[in-house]
Amino acid sequence: MLSASLKSVLGRKLRLLMSAIAVILGVAFVSGSFVFTDTLSKSFDGIMSSSVGDVVVRPAGSEVTMGGTQTIPGSLVETLAKAPGAARADGNVTDYSTFVISKQGKLIGGTGAPGLGVNFTDGPAANGNSMFTLTHGAWPSADGQIALDARTAKTGGYAVGDTVRVVTAGAQAQLSPKLTGIMESSGSLVGASVVVWTTPQAQQLYLQGRDEFNDIWVTRADGTSQDQLQAAVAPLLPEGLDAVTGAKAAEQAQSQIQESMKFITYFLLIFAAIALVVGSFIIVNTFSILVAQRMRELALFRAIGATRRQVTRSVLVEALAVGLVGSTIGLIVGVLLAIGIKLLFGFIGLDLAGASLVFAPRTVIAAYAVGLVVTLFAAYLPARRAGKIPPVAAMRDDVTLSEGSMHRRVIAGTVLAGVGAAAMGAGLFTSIPKPVAWIGVGILGVLLGVALTSPLVGRPLITGIGAIYRRAFGTVGVMAEENALRNPRRTAATASALMIGVTLVSMMAVFGASTKQSIAKEIDANFKADYLVSNAIGQDFSPSVGDQVAKVDGVATVSRVRWGMGKVNEGDEWVAALDPASFGKVSTLDAEHNDDVLAKLATGGVLLDTDKAKELGLKSGDKLSMTLQGKPFETTVAGTFAPTATAPAQVVMSLQAWADHGGTASDGQVYVLTRPGANLSAVSSGLDAIVADLPTVSVKDIAGYAEEQSKPINQMLMIIYALLGLAVIIAILGIINTLALSVIERTREIGLLRAVGLSRRQLRSMLRLESVVIAILGAVLGIVLGVAFGIAIQRALADQGFSTLSIPWLQLVGFLLLAGIVGVFASVWPGRRAAKMQILDAIAAE
Amino acid sequence: MVEIAGVAQLVRADNQIVAARTQQLSKVYGTGDAQVIALDTVSVELFAHEFTAIMGPSGSGKSTLMHCAAGLDAVSDGRVFIGETELTSLKEKELTALRRDKIGFIFQAFNLIPTLTAKENILLPLSIAGRKPDPAWFDQVVETVGLSERLGHRPSELSGGQMQRVACARALVSRPEIIFADEPTGNLDSRASREVLDFLRRSVADFGQTIVMVTHDPVAASYTDRVLFLADGRVVDEMREPTAERVLERMAGLDSAKGV
Repeated sequence: MLSASLKSVLGRKLRLLMSAIAVILGVAFVSGSFVFTDTLSKSFDGIMSSSVGDVVVRPAGSEVTMGGTQTIPGSLVETLAKAPGAARADGNVTDYSTFVISKQGKLIGGTGAPGLGVNFTDGPAANGNSMFTLTHGAWPSADGQIALDARTAKTGGYAVGDTVRVVTAGAQAQLSPKLTGIMESSGSLVGASVVVWTTPQAQQLYLQGRDEFNDIWVTRADGTSQDQLQAAVAPLLPEGLDAVTGAKAAEQAQSQIQESMKFITYFLLIFAAIALVVGSFIIVNTFSILVAQRMRELALFRAIGATRRQVTRSVLVEALAVGLVGSTIGLIVGVLLAIGIKLLFGFIGLDLAGASLVFAPRTVIAAYAVGLVVTLFAAYLPARRAGKIPPVAAMRDDVTLSEGSMHRRVIAGTVLAGVGAAAMGAGLFTSIPKPVAWIGVGILGVLLGVALTSPLVGRPLITGIGAIYRRAFGTVGVMAEENALRNPRRTAATASALMIGVTLVSMMAVFGASTKQSIAKEIDANFKADYLVSNAIGQDFSPSVGDQVAKVDGVATVSRVRWGMGKVNEGDEWVAALDPASFGKVSTLDAEHNDDVLAKLATGGVLLDTDKAKELGLKSGDKLSMTLQGKPFETTVAGTFAPTATAPAQVVMSLQAWADHGGTASDGQVYVLTRPGANLSAVSSGLDAIVADLPTVSVKDIAGYAEEQSKPINQMLMIIYALLGLAVIIAILGIINTLALSVIERTREIGLLRAVGLSRRQLRSMLRLESVVIAILGAVLGIVLGVAFGIAIQRALADQGFSTLSIPWLQLVGFLLLAGIVGVFASVWPGRRAAKMQILDAIAAE
Repeated sequence: MVEIAGVAQLVRADNQIVAARTQQLSKVYGTGDAQVIALDTVSVELFAHEFTAIMGPSGSGKSTLMHCAAGLDAVSDGRVFIGETELTSLKEKELTALRRDKIGFIFQAFNLIPTLTAKENILLPLSIAGRKPDPAWFDQVVETVGLSERLGHRPSELSGGQMQRVACARALVSRPEIIFADEPTGNLDSRASREVLDFLRRSVADFGQTIVMVTHDPVAASYTDRVLFLADGRVVDEMREPTAERVLERMAGLDSAKGV
């Protein structure tokens, strides 16, 4: 029996492959996600282990924040070098927003990876490793000299001896040092660029010329371990400094990175899950059709003595084979996918070329587990139905497979959709924990519920399209409609696969349009400045820019906003600092009591937005503890504000308090307000001249700012559309599969139609119309659900800045048309196959 | 009752062993106005080691009788026995086991598995039951049907007659107590028909096999020991040592009686 079912699989290689495609794509996504994120994470590990010393001395609490301004006195280096077991000690200066401009005037990097500016030391990293090896020229030895990492030098078109353009967020916004050396890094820099200065110049640029360091590496002497050295160093440190072993520092950095990698993994796995749900519809359908076609054969098995269970098992064995083949191919495709993403990342500046692919056993196990479970799960129902085929079907043609009553299915679907809607409602409108999970599960429930009821729900729609067909295409149209209605479950399952993809795409379209509209509206209402100076890549820029802007003729007010990561009652928070006196003139913090709230801030303390205040359980006048740049301090809640979309952060303090507690001296944004009657074009050109040599800094008016704000949303939407595209591709394959199998099933009927005079063209057009019905059905259901989901989410988030609902009708109509085109394309191959059948063969077919 | 091979067998007064029988068997399709009575209280006995033909015009119920007698189809009323076992009281699983161990089938449309070779098709019932074939018996069966040369071929590489002989061998190889054949020559030309019928005749004569065959072909019926005539769901006549001419004559009578 086993060999019979295996032979049956091999005898139907094409069908096997068709049903395996759904598995292949889903599994490819799962394994691709794992391989890629493992690779990414390992390439970071590579840098991490060579970017720590044997013992690292650093300000307490600085393991989380990058680029703290809390520093270590230079004199400590001498002291630590003499610690028992220490071979030497070196002070490091590190800055994270120093960027190189290429010879063509383009910014290098800046797509999320930091631009490192460091001082040169010849001290080794942990265990004698070194992070950089000089390959050309010499290390910088005087002011105005730098070394660059090889990739940055190459991208910038710089060779040793050239003058390099460098921009920093420090007091000196731009510099033109001479390139004296080029170095290779020990591992991939993952897109970061590195500029190496002499120690005095690095201190000059980043630490206002004080003889201080950001951290100190202590190198162990032979025969001393990292732990021993750490124990020897720790007592020598003044309060506020920590000594950690290199091993521990690297581990901490790695676990931080793995934490952020997890997000990427989850993000990709969500789409893998969507692909697999869609894929399982296709598998159910394929196996149902295969079982229906093999009814005679399976009935024969029953007639000559196979038990129900044996027949069911034989179908499951086939599913197992499909799952195995699909998972194996999927695994391979997944690796290719990972290579593809890696190349894509290299393209946008995150160069992983040095990192070899990581193929963890977990990836293989996950791929096979997912592939097999999904396939077997999806094939179970058709397999059980196969077991119920009566043996007498082997001798009679008129036996139809009894299918479960439609009633039960519709009731189950309705209940599932109801429960899903309730879960969504709970996630959206109540304060239940993990609302996103509730919403996600709810959406899945509604989708599956609607998919179950869709044979019923879709009927009027198909009949409606059928009426159009009848008029437009005559008999061929009628036959197409009837074919679509002939097996409502099959049509519905095929359409449902498309429905899921279209639902999610429409939902994102509605949500994205609403977000953009809300932001535009809020900016319009709250943004009072004429111009905004900001950094295109989200990094800080030099305060000298703001100083120059203030001197431009016609500028009345310059208001700066600075940002940094801090702690509020132990929780990590983005903290914004602004000038209470001028901010009210250029923007809005609180929609109704702007002046009032800002006046409170001027008296000291911090402002919290109402959500954050509620979350922390704080109200005006309460005390709270904060940490900025590793230094803790006590402060009070000066007031709360009802946030607008333009509010800079949930925690706001004054620039004065920011500076007092050691906040960074570089600006995040500078708002510019002109004098009434000022010559705007003169102001504009004056501002442009200031930033002309700073490719990272730009000046925008309101419209430009609004556009810049919606850019990341557009990008996010594009990424999500691209990933959801996978689900749509699987659905299209599903339509092709269903049509192709239906053609085989209707061989005799098609032969008859051809014999009585249906032309090949009419035959193809019949299939095309049937395919379009299925695609439109899926698209209409999907768009209706997607719009409903989008509205629900917007409503739920209305008080968090997503105030305006916007439904992109044109785009939705576009989706519908696209679905129709998809339907036409899906029918090409099955249509050609059907048209190729010889009339006599078709009639004679069993 | 006499004991044969340790199994109690029902024996008629004239010492013929009954291999299968029906008692007041009725089969009704549909309900209300659409009701069709396919079998109307049919009681027949099918004897062991005999070749029996069931004949009748289209719609007479001959195929239904066979399906019910073989336990392939549920009955509306009455009882069906294979040997001593009453099928109508059996559970699905027991019925499956009985079909597997005691009954063989030959179909009009051959019903071979296209992906399996001739040999694998022949051995399929044994492999489903998880039994080892008896090599000597297998060789003998294959020899008798004349397929020794074609065992490695797939159904698509065989002629109609060869395919039906594979189906016959498949029915014989598990040594069932009774073989039901549904129009086995319906899809064959006269030469291939003769081969298959010769072979069925021989397996009754040489191996003592019991075969029940539904047919509408008087020539096919002439190969049997006994013919049962059905009309309108009832057994209307029976003939021993039939010849094609006598059967044809009787059938013509049935058709005219029916007013066709």
